[in-house]
Amino acid sequence: MENKKLMEFANKIRKDILTAVYSAKSGHPGGSLSAADIFTYLYFEEMNIDPQNPKKADRDRFVLSKGHTTPGYYAALANRGFFPTEDIKTFRHVGSYLQGHPDMKHTPGVDMSSGSLGQGISAAVGMAISAKLSNEDYKVYTLLGDGEIQEGQVWEAAMLAGHRHLDNLIVIIDNNGLQIDGDIAKVNSPYPIDKKFEAFNFHVINVDGHDFDALRNAFNEAKAVEGKPVAIIEKTVKGKGVSFMENNAGWHGKAPSESEYLEAMAELEKEGAL
Amino acid sequence: MSEIKKIATRESYGNALLELGKNHSEVVVLDADLAGATKTSIFMKEFPERHIDCGIAECNMMGVAAGLATTGKVPFASTFAMFAAGRAFEQIRNSIGYPHLNVKIGATHAGISVGEDGATHQCNEDIALMRTIPGMVIISPSDDIEAKAAVKAAYEYEGPVYLRFGRLATPVINENENYKFEIGKGIVLREGKDVAIFATGLEVYEALVAAKKLAADGIEAKVINIHTIKPIDKDLIIETAKECGKVVTVEEHSVVGGLGSAVCDILSENYPTSVLKIGINDVYGESGPATELIKKYNLDSNGIYNSIKNSYFK
Repeated sequence: MENKKLMEFANKIRKDILTAVYSAKSGHPGGSLSAADIFTYLYFEEMNIDPQNPKKADRDRFVLSKGHTTPGYYAALANRGFFPTEDIKTFRHVGSYLQGHPDMKHTPGVDMSSGSLGQGISAAVGMAISAKLSNEDYKVYTLLGDGEIQEGQVWEAAMLAGHRHLDNLIVIIDNNGLQIDGDIAKVNSPYPIDKKFEAFNFHVINVDGHDFDALRNAFNEAKAVEGKPVAIIEKTVKGKGVSFMENNAGWHGKAPSESEYLEAMAELEKEGAL
Repeated sequence: MSEIKKIATRESYGNALLELGKNHSEVVVLDADLAGATKTSIFMKEFPERHIDCGIAECNMMGVAAGLATTGKVPFASTFAMFAAGRAFEQIRNSIGYPHLNVKIGATHAGISVGEDGATHQCNEDIALMRTIPGMVIISPSDDIEAKAAVKAAYEYEGPVYLRFGRLATPVINENENYKFEIGKGIVLREGKDVAIFATGLEVYEALVAAKKLAADGIEAKVINIHTIKPIDKDLIIETAKECGKVVTVEEHSVVGGLGSAVCDILSENYPTSVLKIGINDVYGESGPATELIKKYNLDSNGIYNSIKNSYFK
C-alpha cells in the first residue's frame, strides 16, 4: 500500500482513538496515538490476516502486550473490517464487547487477552514456540510499551525467546519516553533498550515509529533474520497527532472534555486533508 | 498396613503425561527447572521436543502456556505449588483464567509433606488462591490411581485445570474394579451415620484410618473423598450433612480458603451444620521429615481421631 494511503488510515485511526476515549469518558489516548502508525502498518500492510475469517489457522498473530492502548487497537481492527467502526463508541461501556483491555473471547481479531503489563509477550513467545513445534510459518508480533519493560516478566520472556532462537517472533517497543509518573528515564530508566535486547540474543532494529518507509525497511529486515527473535524499537511521540497531547504524560490515561475533543478532531481533520 | 503400596502422586503425574504424550501429539509439557522433581522428566525422556524447560521463570511459563493453548496445543505447565499458585497467581488469573484457555497446571510439592525444605516451599494456600479464579477446575487426587485418572480427565476437559500433587510417597487406596473418576463427583469410601469426614489428597487415607479407630469406640464415620475441590460436589455434601449431622473436613492445606471453607460455603447457605475444619491452622510449616510434620500438625490418623473425639464425642 502507498504511504499516502497508510497515512489516511492512520489519520482515521487517530480520530477513532479520540472518539473511543471521548465516548467512554476514560481510556488511554497518549499511548494509542503514539502507536497509531504501527497499528496501521501491521494491520494494513504487514500481517497475513483475514477480517472475514479472524481465526484462520495460518494467520499471523498479534498480542497487544501494552493492553491499555485498546483505542488504537480497536480502531485498527474496525477500520480493517473486523467489526463495525460505529461500535467504537461503545468502548468501555457496560455490556460492550470492546472491553477496556483486550478480551480474546469476545472481540473478533483479538488473539490474546492482555493488559496486565508484562504478560502479553509471554503469550507471544508461547505462540511462536507452537509454530516452531508444528512447522507452521506464521509470524507472531507483539507490541510493548517502553514503561512496560520495567516488568521483570518481559525479560523472562525475552530470555526464553533468545534461547530458543524464535526467529518467527517480532517484539515491537513503542518508545514514546513517558509513563504515568513521567519521563521513563527519571522513573526507572530502561535505557539502553537496544543493548538490553541485544544481550538477550535479539536482532535489534531502531526505527522512527512515525515514518512508514522506515517501518517498511525495518519489517523487511526483521523477516529476513534467521536464528534470532527481533526487537524493533520505535522512537515515537506520545500523543502524536494532537498538538496539546504530544509529549505530555498527563494524557496517558485521561479522556478529553468536549471542547478538547472537538479541537483535537479539527486538528486531525486538517492534517488528514493535507 | 505396613505392606501397603506407596507412590507419590508427582510420580503418577509424570507417568500419566507419558501416556498422554504417546496418544496425543498436541500435548506439550512445560517446566521451570524442576523436571526431575515434578517428574515431567519421565515425559521429557520420550518426547524431548515437546518438553519446554522455561528455566526458573514461572510467571513467564504460565504466559507461554497460555500462548501455546491459543494455537491448539494442550500445555501442562509444571512446577511446585508455591511457584504455580503463589508466585504466578496473577499470570494464571489474567493470562489463563480470564480467557479460559485450555491450560493444565501440574502443581507438585503441595502442602507440608514437602518436608525438609520447610515453610518457604510448603504451599498451604494454593487451593484457596485457585478457588477464587472463575472457571478454574481444581483437582486434588488422593493416590496414584486417582492422580493418573485426574490427568487424563484434565486432558479431556476443555478449559483451565489446576492439579495438586504431593512429593511424599503415599498409600495406594483406589486400586479396585469399581473405581471411577469423574470431575466434580465425590466418592463415598466408607459408610457411617455418626459423623461425616470429607477429605482430600493424602488426607483421604489418613481419614480412613481415623474412621477405623473411631469405629473401635463405637462411632461410625462416613468417609468421602473430595478429589475435585472446584466444582465441588454440592449435592453430596448437603445430603451427607443431613444424614450425619456432624461434619469434619481434612486437608493438607490451610483451614483458610481450602476444602473446609468450600464445604462451609455450601452448608452455611443450604443446610447449616457444625463443621470441624482439620488442616493447617493459619500458621507456616517448618523443616522436618514429611511424616513427622504430618504428625506434628495433627494431620495423621491419630491427630484426626483425637480432633474428632475432642470436638464431637467428649
